[in-house]
Amino acid sequence: MTDLTSLTIAQARAELDKGSFTSVELTKAYLGAIEAANPAINAYVTVTPEKAIEMAEVADTRIASGAAGPLEGIPLGIKDLFATKGVHTQACSHILDGFKPEYESTVTANLWRDGAVMLGKLNMDEFAMGSSNETSYYGAVKNPWRQDGSDMDLVPGGSSGGSAAAVAANLCAAATATDTGGSIRQPAGLTGTVGIKPTYGRCSRWGTVAFASSLDQAGPIARDVRDAAIMLRSMASVDEKDTTSVDIAVPDYEAAIGQSVKGLKIGIPKEYRVEGMAEEVDQAWTNGIAWLRDAGAEIVDIELPHTRYALPAYYIVAPAEASSNLARYDGVRYGLRVPGKDIVDMYEKTRAAGFGREVQRRIMIGTYVLSAGYYDAYYLRAQKVRTLIKRDFENAFNAGVDAILTPATPSSAFGIGDQEMASDPVKMYMQDIFTVTVNMAGLPGISVPAGLDHKGLPLGLQLIGKPFDEETLFRAGHVIEQAAGSFTPKRWW
Amino acid sequence: MTIVDTRTPEAKRFIPGATGDWEVIIGLEVHAQVTSNSKLFSGASTSFGSAPNSNVSLVDAAMPGMLPVINEECVKQAVRTGLGLKAQINNRSVFDRKNYFYPDLPQGYQISQFKDPIVGEGKIMISVGPDRQGNFEDIEIGIERLHLEQDAGKSMHDQHPTMSYVDLNRSGVALMEIVSKPDIRSSDEAKAYITKLRSILRYLGTCDGNMDEGSMRADVNVSVRKPGGEFGTRCEIKNVNSIRFMGQAIEYEARRQIAILEDGGEIDQETRLFDPNKGETRSMRSKEDAHDYRYFPDPDLLPLEFDDAFVAELAKNLPELPDEKRERFVRDMGLTVYDASILVSEAAIADYFEKVAAGRDGKAAANWVINDLLGALNKSGKGIEDTPVSPDQLGGILDLIKEGVISGKIAKDLFEIVWNEGGDPAKIVEDRGMKQVTDTGAIEKAVDEVIAANPDQVEKARAKPNLAGWFVGQVMKATGGKANPQAVQALVKQKLGIEE
Repeated sequence: MTDLTSLTIAQARAELDKGSFTSVELTKAYLGAIEAANPAINAYVTVTPEKAIEMAEVADTRIASGAAGPLEGIPLGIKDLFATKGVHTQACSHILDGFKPEYESTVTANLWRDGAVMLGKLNMDEFAMGSSNETSYYGAVKNPWRQDGSDMDLVPGGSSGGSAAAVAANLCAAATATDTGGSIRQPAGLTGTVGIKPTYGRCSRWGTVAFASSLDQAGPIARDVRDAAIMLRSMASVDEKDTTSVDIAVPDYEAAIGQSVKGLKIGIPKEYRVEGMAEEVDQAWTNGIAWLRDAGAEIVDIELPHTRYALPAYYIVAPAEASSNLARYDGVRYGLRVPGKDIVDMYEKTRAAGFGREVQRRIMIGTYVLSAGYYDAYYLRAQKVRTLIKRDFENAFNAGVDAILTPATPSSAFGIGDQEMASDPVKMYMQDIFTVTVNMAGLPGISVPAGLDHKGLPLGLQLIGKPFDEETLFRAGHVIEQAAGSFTPKRWW
Repeated sequence: MTIVDTRTPEAKRFIPGATGDWEVIIGLEVHAQVTSNSKLFSGASTSFGSAPNSNVSLVDAAMPGMLPVINEECVKQAVRTGLGLKAQINNRSVFDRKNYFYPDLPQGYQISQFKDPIVGEGKIMISVGPDRQGNFEDIEIGIERLHLEQDAGKSMHDQHPTMSYVDLNRSGVALMEIVSKPDIRSSDEAKAYITKLRSILRYLGTCDGNMDEGSMRADVNVSVRKPGGEFGTRCEIKNVNSIRFMGQAIEYEARRQIAILEDGGEIDQETRLFDPNKGETRSMRSKEDAHDYRYFPDPDLLPLEFDDAFVAELAKNLPELPDEKRERFVRDMGLTVYDASILVSEAAIADYFEKVAAGRDGKAAANWVINDLLGALNKSGKGIEDTPVSPDQLGGILDLIKEGVISGKIAKDLFEIVWNEGGDPAKIVEDRGMKQVTDTGAIEKAVDEVIAANPDQVEKARAKPNLAGWFVGQVMKATGGKANPQAVQALVKQKLGIEE
């Protein structure tokens, strides 16, 4: 029998339906894989085997009775940012020590409704702040990918590093993730997986620990484009508990897979050809253009003139919102409390001990840009930039462009503890250079593997779509996937 | 921001100081709890007096990942209030976060409205007086804005020797902050303003105005200046929770500032607290210690938008407000402005009055409601809601007077009986033989008896006709007050031979 954990959701779904194996068997295969691999990869911060088996048993009865949901019996990993009732939910921060919510996030509730099985909670950068998964209180996640002939540990990207690594290493069929500036697409790019950040408002944010509310969106990381489409259909919903979620019917995204891209107009923004970009990234981009053209798409050059202001503006808006969103972690009601001589002392000691350096840095930046006398110069201007970036995209789409193709990341995976990155946080922030614009504009963006670089590490391409037109992204993403092939890491763990 | 001075300085409002007259400038920020079943952004109950932390949702406790959802009823209440204040209703407003740390503020920020409030400029007419001539002065006080915001929880420092407890029942309850323009020029005006505002809110049913329970509290901004001069530096007196204390706080604060200025000092812009026990204000924090609230639009909430039809629907169902009601009472029922003002001060009193006055003489009804009913309620510490005498009963008493069945004097006794014992006034009069004697034979007999018994008084009265009143009194006494006073008066004069 083949290794059950190597199956995609679509494959496993078909076999479960046929009765080739049960969800319990599939789940046990994953639990075994996690047990074997997690000490090396550190993708999971909590594994919930009992819950998983229990859910799988229920799934098996539903499959047997012909009442299977779209994800019936499929074992998933859940990013630690999503509230899961009675289960570790700490955004991988020390400050939420011991926090187990009494509630279930809307996104995960949707998945359980559709029959999915929870394997456990996945590692991530603390409060989703980071691009390497090194800021987690639970330690760095190791990328299942290594350079050819090297045993150096590489980062899986972040903040959804645990999600990407778990999917790439076959430690779950697919994973939930979130993306505020690139936290789904960048790790997907660095691990040879597919990640989609849907349109802002497509998934409910209720029950997802907030980083930057106007940018945060949940989305899946999966083995291939089809699985990502299957996952998103279940995750997405309008939610009366999140008034920024949008009441548009969720389409059957999977139906877009295999549809021709003939006649689609694909925009290529010259502003994304940035300085310092690896030559192979450029090459992958060129390949992507060729694949889409060969498949019948029309390639057009477009201008997104305000692109270069996106990253600085993002690093004002996101920390500003974060500084306020993270104010609730004060040691008063839940999580960590470090006693102090008075209330202010308690706040200071708790927050100093509870938040890691990167989170503290962003809280300070955010507090600064919102403070009296600086608000207009920073926050307000950043919001204006945001409007301009949004308009850039609108202009392109109004001119008939259906989707925009860019690289997903400026480089392939880098080393854990990379000195250059560690000494200059801005270098790390540059990892989001191709992805933040999409969050700033609230658009959907997908990262699809496009090949390996000379070191043998995966590179991803990003497709950016019109609001609520995820279907075009799945359609075009699938064409790239077909042309590029799929990539799995050599097992070293 | 330039502040427009809408008032003309008037000597009668000046405060005399050692160096001449001073004028006090007052602006009020009133926090009024919105009457609603659930909180501004959560479904938790708003009921008062529940066990600590029993009305707390996940949102109110700021659990991770929780999101606010606007309560439409609170929005309607704010719009109704805006309409009642004749104010600009903003079809688009924005919720902002006001960031600060405090244990009773679970989110670490208060959701409020900063730049774009739901209601803009409006006005309130207040009536100050009466002066020595018995006149009232109507003054228009401008409203700067009204915005919606969340209340905080409550820290309790007296529950444990070393720790403080927090009760989040109030956390997230909707408040309307109603900000006046600095148009108020005396403590009397300030008291009249808050009384009128309270009355309007209660009429609208948008706030119960209960200051004891904290449903309404005011921050008072006070500054002084030489009459007509530049506005001075202001101090803000926080959380004044009674109308009386507000008057005291303003008086104290104005004199404190005048004393400093007359000594050549300067006023520090600061936040102060009023101590009702000592009757003084104390510094709470200076401008330097003021929080930087880092306001920014709440990204969890879309801008609040509604169309004109939404507003029109609310406007259509707005109740008649005190000013309009007062005008109608004066115009249609011939009441004095003074009486009408008293009757409209509370909707329940006005309703009571209108029931009594229906089909009866408005003036008589007003007199009885104001002098007798409100007097008795006041004396017994009861509100109009707890009146033992119903409008029907009081109306019945008025009917008996009108029909001449009882005299006005007997009516007072009857009112007291109804107040204490209840019952149908007509039946009480019947049962207890309280009917007025209109039989001239019986009255004549009584008059004759009094005249016969008091020959000296007869002589005096013939010389001095005013003394006829003494005879009337004696006859009334003799008849147990049941004789018709007019009939007695006429007979007495006739028998004594006094010309009309």
